[in-house]
Amino acid sequence: MKIKITIPTERIHNPIISESIVETGILINIMVANIDSTYGELIADVSDFRFDKIKRALESRGAIVSILDRPIHRDEEECIECGACISVCPMNVYSFDGSWSILVDEKKCIQCGVCIKMCPHGALKLGE
Amino acid sequence: MIKKSIHEINRKIEDGSVNVVTAEEMVTIVEELGAEGAAREVDVVTTGTFGAMCSSGLMLNLGHSEPPIKIQKLWFNNVEAYSGLAAVDAYLGAAQISETRGIQYGGAQVIEDLLRGKEINVHATSYGTDCYPRKVLDTTINIEDLNEAVLINPRNAYQKYGAATNSSKRILNTYMGELLPNFGNVTYSGAGVLSPLSNDPNYETIGMGTRIFIGGAQGYVIGSGTQHSPSSGFGTLMLKGNLKEMSPDYLRAASFAGYGTTLYMGIGIPIPILNEKLAAATAVRDEDITTSIQDYAVGSRDKPVIKEVNYAELRSGSVHINDKDVPTSSLSSFKNARKIANELKEWVKHGKFFVSMPVESLSAKGFARPMKQTHAVPLVKDVMSSFFVTIKKDQTVQDAAKKIWENSFNHLAVISDTGELVGILTAWDISKAVAENCFDSVESVMTRKVLTCAPNEPVDLAARRLDRYGVSAMPVIDTQRRVLGIITSDNISKLLARRY
Repeated sequence: MKIKITIPTERIHNPIISESIVETGILINIMVANIDSTYGELIADVSDFRFDKIKRALESRGAIVSILDRPIHRDEEECIECGACISVCPMNVYSFDGSWSILVDEKKCIQCGVCIKMCPHGALKLGE
Repeated sequence: MIKKSIHEINRKIEDGSVNVVTAEEMVTIVEELGAEGAAREVDVVTTGTFGAMCSSGLMLNLGHSEPPIKIQKLWFNNVEAYSGLAAVDAYLGAAQISETRGIQYGGAQVIEDLLRGKEINVHATSYGTDCYPRKVLDTTINIEDLNEAVLINPRNAYQKYGAATNSSKRILNTYMGELLPNFGNVTYSGAGVLSPLSNDPNYETIGMGTRIFIGGAQGYVIGSGTQHSPSSGFGTLMLKGNLKEMSPDYLRAASFAGYGTTLYMGIGIPIPILNEKLAAATAVRDEDITTSIQDYAVGSRDKPVIKEVNYAELRSGSVHINDKDVPTSSLSSFKNARKIANELKEWVKHGKFFVSMPVESLSAKGFARPMKQTHAVPLVKDVMSSFFVTIKKDQTVQDAAKKIWENSFNHLAVISDTGELVGILTAWDISKAVAENCFDSVESVMTRKVLTCAPNEPVDLAARRLDRYGVSAMPVIDTQRRVLGIITSDNISKLLARRY
C-alpha cells in the first residue's frame, strides 16, 4: 500500500527513516521524497501486512504516518478521453486501451495532483 | 478511370445502396484494392476530429426588450460579448474569460451551459437613443429564449497542428497544456488518420458550402478559416452550425490552467469519392502526416523546432528527444474523433445526410502572414549598457572588490581566458566571501548559474526573466558566450520613462 510519512520540523535532524528500517527490518520503497531543513514528506510503498509494524516504529520517533487511500477519481461524464493526463503523471497511472479509452490504474496513484491541473475538462479530483 | 458525380452518390444515399467507410477503414481498403478498386467500391469516406478550437463563438439574437435597448456592452454570466452590431445581436467568443470567475469560466462555458439548457444571466448597457431609450437591462435567458443561436467559428479543424515541448527548467502553462521542464513531455493535437483536411489535402471536395457534422448537428463550411496556410500544410476552416441542434456529446467547454478557456468542437466531414485520386488521398495514414515539435520555452512567435515527427510517432505514447523517450499526451480525443466519423457514417448510410460539392473552392496556395508592427519592439541591444566591467576567473577577490569600487559598477562579468562568460560577481558575493573568510580566486565565490539574454531578444522577454528570477541585471552575450553588454532593471525603467 501507498503511505505518506510526514516528518515535523523538530524531528528533521534525526535519521527517523533509517532507524525505523533497521529496527523493523522492513523495506519500504520510497517513491517521492521532499525533505529540506524545515520539513519532510515522503511517499512510500510498503506491503500491507507489514504496515502496522513500520507505522509504530516511525511514529515512536515522531513521524506522522497516513495511508493514501483516496486516489484520483475520474468523472466519466466530464472526461472526453483526450489523454492530456497521460504524459504529466509521474507514476504512469493513465494509459490508453486498444480503443483509445482512458485506463486509470488507481493503485499507482500517489495523490500528487499534477493531472488535476492538466485536465482541460476538470474531470479529475482527489478522494471521491 | 473512375468518375462519379455527387448526384450519383446522393441517389445511392437515398436508395440506401451507398457504401460509406471511415477514413481509418479506408486505409486498409486502398491497401487491398488499390486506389481504383477502392474508388469503384467506396462512395463516401467520413472523417472526424474532436479537439480544442479556441477560435469559435456564438452569434446570437436576444429579441427586442420593452422599452427597447440598443445594446452597447453586454455580458453573459459576467463574460463579455461583442454587441457592436445593430441592437440585440451579439457575438460571444469562446476564449473570452469571465470578469468575476477568472480563467476557469468563459465564453466556451456559457455556450455549453446554454446548450445544456441552463439559465444564463444577461447584463446590458447602452447610451440610449430616441428609438432605443433604454440604458440598462438585466434578465435571465436560456437557449430557447434566443431567436438565433448559431456557432460561427472563424478557425476550426486545423489540417494538423504543431506539437509542443519545453527545454527550460520550469513548468510552462500553455494552450498546449502543462509542459514539464527539461523536455519532460510532449503534447499534441489533431486526429491524424481521421483529420478532415488531411484526407482531402487538395481541397477538392471540402470548400465553401460543404455540408458537415458540427457539434452533433448538420452545418456548413463557410470558407477557409482565418490563418489558413495551405502552402505549409496548415489549412483551416470557417464553420457554421446551429447550436440549438447540437449535443453536449460533441461540444465541450474546457479551461487550460494558466491560459484560459477554449471550446472542444466535434467536427466530421464526409468526402465523396468521385475519382481514384480522392480514394488515394483518403488512404492517408498517421505516419504520412508530419508535424514539428516546437520548443515553447522560447516565448516568441517563431519557436525553435526540436524535431519533425509524424502522428504515428506522437500517438505511440512517446517520442525520442536527446536520447530520451519523452511521453506524449494528446489534447484532442481520438476516441471521440472515431465516434464522430462513425456517427457521420451512420447518418449517410441511413439517408439522413447528403454529401455536397463546394460552391467555391478553398485557396490551395498561400501562407498566413505575421502581424505588421509599425511600432518597433525595443530589443535588448537598444537599451543595454555597453559599459560593463569584466574580471578573469583566476583573479583575486580583492581585485574584484577594487574593480567594483573604482568603477561604481555592481555586476562584474567573470570571463575565462578565452573571453567566455563563466559567472557573475556582485558586491553581495564579495560581502559573503568576507563574512565566510574565504578569499580564494574569483571563481570560488562567483555565481555560476548566470541568467543571460541575447542582443536581439525583445526587452519584454528580458524584463519578464529579471522579474521571475528576482535579479536586477543580466549580461548580454553572443552565441560564443562573449559579453556584449549588460541589461539592468534601471535600463528598463528608463525605457518606460521615455515611453509614457
